[in-house]
Amino acid sequence: MSEEMMEGEVVKKFMYINRRAPYGSIYALESLEVVLIGAAFDQDVSLAFVDDGVFELKKDQETAGIDMKNFSPTYRALEMYDVEKLYVSKESMDARGLTVDDLIVDVEVKTDAELADLFDDQDVIFSF
Amino acid sequence: MKFAVQVNEGPYQHQAADSAYQFTKAVLEKGHEVFRVFFYHDGVNNATKLTTPPQDDRNIVNRWSELSEKYSLDLVVCVAAAQRRGIVDEGEAKRNKKDAENIAPGFRISGLGQLIEAGVQADRLVVFGD
Repeated sequence: MSEEMMEGEVVKKFMYINRRAPYGSIYALESLEVVLIGAAFDQDVSLAFVDDGVFELKKDQETAGIDMKNFSPTYRALEMYDVEKLYVSKESMDARGLTVDDLIVDVEVKTDAELADLFDDQDVIFSF
Repeated sequence: MKFAVQVNEGPYQHQAADSAYQFTKAVLEKGHEVFRVFFYHDGVNNATKLTTPPQDDRNIVNRWSELSEKYSLDLVVCVAAAQRRGIVDEGEAKRNKKDAENIAPGFRISGLGQLIEAGVQADRLVVFGD
């Protein structure tokens, strides 16, 4: 547990693990809503994208055909909320033929083993 | 220890709704504290008092209400998730011009900040879902 006091407030390491494709279920969208609200709490926030979750960051999402709102531009706004630590799983990217050039935001590519270490280091993990 | 619990799946559809209840009950019976139970995604459906399961089946909604009354357990339903899925208290009904409310006793509707706060305040946040 790494907790530090900052201006009298507890700062914890929050990790949001995004595991699902952006459409097909509501988990990805509602996860992003937690991240945006949570940003106001000044915690030490990271996001990891694994399995089909890497598709959430795919460029050029076209959703008109399924009558859903394309919420992918919101990931670009995370920077303004000081949410800047975004990690993607190398294995998940490779398995889906994706490279960082396919993604709408800057990310750090980590192997699953490195991600496991990162998860180990967190205080709070939200898994969506 | 101080726990927080997050419930991400709906009642009767998914074991997570049962496991969350059983875990919370066990933790309280062991004398631990549960700072809050937060219902998100389809988990908000655990809060509708209109649920009527067969008589020989468990009543998942009433179970939460009873646990809340016994231990003064804070049961919070995410407002954004609730609005999408039609879980409504009196205030929400008025605000959104609905002619009914359906929130079960012991539950309250509030914002996602309550989930983040639970993560900050609790020693462990335990998430039940897929």
